[in-house]
Amino acid sequence: MNSAEVKNRVVITGLGVVAPNGVGLPAFTNAIKTGISGITYHQDLKDKGFSCCIGGIPTVSEEKKLEYLTPLQLRGFNSTSILYGCMAGIDAWKDAGFSVDENSSPDYDSGLIFGTGTSGIEKFRDAIYKIDAQQVRRLGSTSVVQTMASGISAYLGGILGFGNQVTTNSSACTTGTEALLLGFERIKAGKAKRMLVGSSSDSSLYTWGGFDAMRVMSYKHNETPEKGSRPMSATAAGFVPGSGAGAMVLESLESALKRKATIYAEVLGGNINSGGQRNGGTLTAPNSEAVQKCITNALLDADVTPAAIDVINGHLTATSKDSLEIENWTKALGRKGSDFPYINSLKSMIGHCLAASGAVECVAAVLQIKEQFVFPNINCEDVHSEITALIATDKIPTKMIKKDITILAKASFGFGDVNGCVIFKKYEESLTGLDR
Amino acid sequence: MTKEEIISKLTTLVKPYVQNEEGFKNMNEDTDFINDLEINSANLVDIILDVEDEFKVEIDNDSMEKMLSVKATVLVIQEKMNA
Repeated sequence: MNSAEVKNRVVITGLGVVAPNGVGLPAFTNAIKTGISGITYHQDLKDKGFSCCIGGIPTVSEEKKLEYLTPLQLRGFNSTSILYGCMAGIDAWKDAGFSVDENSSPDYDSGLIFGTGTSGIEKFRDAIYKIDAQQVRRLGSTSVVQTMASGISAYLGGILGFGNQVTTNSSACTTGTEALLLGFERIKAGKAKRMLVGSSSDSSLYTWGGFDAMRVMSYKHNETPEKGSRPMSATAAGFVPGSGAGAMVLESLESALKRKATIYAEVLGGNINSGGQRNGGTLTAPNSEAVQKCITNALLDADVTPAAIDVINGHLTATSKDSLEIENWTKALGRKGSDFPYINSLKSMIGHCLAASGAVECVAAVLQIKEQFVFPNINCEDVHSEITALIATDKIPTKMIKKDITILAKASFGFGDVNGCVIFKKYEESLTGLDR
Repeated sequence: MTKEEIISKLTTLVKPYVQNEEGFKNMNEDTDFINDLEINSANLVDIILDVEDEFKVEIDNDSMEKMLSVKATVLVIQEKMNA
């Protein structure tokens, strides 16, 4: 075998998260174990005439911002997606055991793929108002870097001094899971030793407005925000918008072992595909055949049988498509009823973080493997009858359960009929990297 | 407004952008923003906007290009204030 054919094993050695129900790994871990909702009522949504007036926004103080960005970086700063992404990314890098030093030499073995939907939409709004008022010169130097899609990767790349690929991907609600798989492929191919991967999304009514107009957000729980996000529930009434960022440090097993790094889990494989907006797929609806193919191809890539899956972390947004997603999982795995794996949706606690959802949810998935638990589906005491017809109700836990998890499948699906599925495995030290 | 008053206000304005604290401590009429204070060249446009707000003047493109040092900036500010 020549060196080009050597496929590196890839492990996760660092995590960072900024979520509506917990900022930072300890707070987030506690929140997902205990089922804490991060969904609250927002008067500004009401004032602007939104039907859905609830959403998930991470709590970040001014002091907290200064732990990550300098006063100069915060001058004229108005991009929560970049803020959250920097926080999660820096946290993940430090969690992996690295330091942040503005005078370091470029690290040509480390890169990053950090996705977003739009960048700094509030900053973009400021710029548009100034330009329309014939004040284009008043934009100063801060507009471009905060509103370019790759703003987040540009900020993080400079803060961390990365010299490998530094880029941004964008594939709607699949973005974060896609970023992880792109980084995984790059390390597996030997083109980088470490890739910081993740995604972020703004806390902004300008991001959320279009979804409200499409009537896909829930307007039935404005008085009971914490009950609003109800994936798989009979009373699910649309998704609740969220925001935040998730980040993971992917590393070749060789590099991680050499550094004696803490290993959270192994990325065994995955698949990214599209339904081509054919066979029932549209700009906004999935082609089920492609969803199933994505899952089965992910299992093939990971060399894992459907029977080996212990837990699924679904996309499951709390729209009418939840039962179709469950049906696709049952068909792809050939498992149903009480033979179906445990399944959960983080969106019950934090809403749908859109471009950030895949990354925040992958962080939660990896925590479940590392700490061997299945987080609860809150607000799912009334499972939809179309879902109980497919899988046993006890496979949708509403309280945290402790469980030995070896294999976990996580999927994300997005507008544009795009799909991503990743297979995580518990890392066992006895496997030295020579046996696969 | 005297030259000293202008320099004093200018010192406060450039402070957030300074990357070389030693150069800032010794800031004087001959100080160059990029070479002595290591201000990121992209931030020069921000300093000019801050100058406009502080001194209630409007600075045209030709004048902007000259504003690379304290001395040149003071001259531009004086010229615009007296215009």
